Amino acid sequence: MPSRITLSRLAIHATLIAIAAFFLVPLLVVVLNALRSTEDITRAGVIGLPHELMWGNFQRTWSSFCIAQHCSGIQPYFWNSMRMVIPATIVSTLFGALNGYSLSLWRFRGDTVVFGIMTLGVFLPEQMRLVPWVIVLRDLGLFNTISGLVLIHTVQGLSFTTLFCRNYYISIPQDLMKAARIDGAGYFRIFWRIVLPLSPPILIVTVIWQFTGIWNEYLYGVTFTRGEQQPITAALIALSVRLADAPQYGEQSAAVLLAALPTLLVYLFGGRYFLRGLTAGAVK
Amino acid sequence: MSALAIRDVWKRYGATPVLKGIDLDIDSGEFAILVGPSGCGKSTLLNIVAGLDTANQGTIEIGGRAMSRVAAKDRNIAMVFQSYALYPSMTVRQNMTFGMECRRVPRSVQIETVSRVAKLLQIENLLDRKPSQLSGGQRQRVAMGRALVRDPLLFLFDEPLSNLDAKLRVEMRMEIKRLHQRLDSTIVYVTHDQIEAMTLATRIAVMNQGEIQQFADPDSVYNQPANLFVARFMGAPPMNTLPARVVVEKDRLFAALANEEIRLPLPTTRNAGAYVDREVVLGIRPECIVEYSRRLESSTLVEAPVEMTEPTGAETIVLLRLGGHEVLGRVAPDIRLKPGERTRFSLDTRKICLFDPATERLIN
Repeated sequence: MPSRITLSRLAIHATLIAIAAFFLVPLLVVVLNALRSTEDITRAGVIGLPHELMWGNFQRTWSSFCIAQHCSGIQPYFWNSMRMVIPATIVSTLFGALNGYSLSLWRFRGDTVVFGIMTLGVFLPEQMRLVPWVIVLRDLGLFNTISGLVLIHTVQGLSFTTLFCRNYYISIPQDLMKAARIDGAGYFRIFWRIVLPLSPPILIVTVIWQFTGIWNEYLYGVTFTRGEQQPITAALIALSVRLADAPQYGEQSAAVLLAALPTLLVYLFGGRYFLRGLTAGAVK
Repeated sequence: MSALAIRDVWKRYGATPVLKGIDLDIDSGEFAILVGPSGCGKSTLLNIVAGLDTANQGTIEIGGRAMSRVAAKDRNIAMVFQSYALYPSMTVRQNMTFGMECRRVPRSVQIETVSRVAKLLQIENLLDRKPSQLSGGQRQRVAMGRALVRDPLLFLFDEPLSNLDAKLRVEMRMEIKRLHQRLDSTIVYVTHDQIEAMTLATRIAVMNQGEIQQFADPDSVYNQPANLFVARFMGAPPMNTLPARVVVEKDRLFAALANEEIRLPLPTTRNAGAYVDREVVLGIRPECIVEYSRRLESSTLVEAPVEMTEPTGAETIVLLRLGGHEVLGRVAPDIRLKPGERTRFSLDTRKICLFDPATERLIN
């Protein structure tokens, strides 16, 4: 295509660049500050280029920075989040796939009602669910534990994962199920041998969705865990509390970047599948 | 022995009955075809036989064994679907062995069976491909291969050729017929295509609105249709049906058309004595209305205006007006007919059918 620079094309690009810059400036500020020393930031202001590159910020933040009396950096909280997000993502995706498979391919009396109730969970605000979870975690003795958070995120994730998988599986032809039943395959064999091999596109979508959602979740983390049991999102806030008396923008910026790294990586590697998967059913 | 016995099977969806008391006995080695317009219940019936759907009432017996509490997998049947329903993530070989795997057939037997069936269907070179890498005709073969590895009591075919283009459909039709003759298997085959039914079946069950209209060999269904529905459904173009009156002349029965202008002698096999001087519906196949030069001794001559012609190459379908009614005839392709022209035609009256106008049943 011959590229002709016209006025309208210029205007479009200028607008797009302006909007992109608007979104990217905060990230840029955080990245730059993560590489500046506290003195530099205090002297030259929050917005500015690094005087010299301070890679040490990342190392200190990771392993020795003090958050609410604990001077072990954000490292333990990062691993807390990992211990929370990995099982919760895997279990909720697996059950979502099983639910979706049951609801779309093994139609039973009242299946639409069950599906309706399950998807209702998608629309319930988080805050509404706090009190019921307080009771559940107390009775199970899971208060202030990572296991408690895993339970919450697994159960709450089911609404989304079931919705995603059910809507994907609904396009699997019923004849396939009939053929498999005549061949003698049962519920689980059909799932493992026929449905699951067709599932990677939707499983990638649900895994990305669950991983980013659970990793970034803050309210439950801060409500149900304290101190060393907190996931990284809650710990970041504890870190910013110190900001008031002795601002350490460099380390804090590095902490923000480290905390955002896993979801960024997941999106970079899985983003293509994510967009493809979301539109898979629509175009066919 | 009856390979399949269907007794008084009813199926309702809500208040709407889709099967109204189906009775059917299919003998071992038979190629039985369920044919009917869409929505007549033929696929539902097949699904009930397969155990994929349940009847509200009635019983199914396969090989003399009651099937009321037998799951689809234990009915010793194999099914071929219109959409082929090949497992997309498996190779052709895996598609064929999956059922045997589920039934825990020893590995060596699986390998032996697959190679035998693959050879029979000439799909040996496709065994390691995925269904998405196959053409429509190849998928159709694989779907049949998956059924054939089972060696069941009953093969069920649900419109297996509907997704193929016209040329392939004719090829596969012949191949299925050849397979049936070779394997001597019992087949129940659902189709909406009456030509498939005529060409393949040993017996045809014509269905309409949840009821079996007629269950007979193709010749009877074609020449002795049990009622007007069967007469109009079977045959392309279908049988002409027009109002007539039975009259007696010199001890012989005639059908009088168009204010008695045209009188057609009735075959003596039609016991229409009870209908003398009553209105009936007369049925005559298009191939019994031909150009005058091809007349037979027993033919009746009529002169009728031509309204339209449809040359098909092998013959020409002609629409003419007989006693005020549109009637189709079939003439040789070299006969040039002009629309609007009164032309002489020869009517072969030996195969005329008469139907009771109230019950629509064949008068016999």
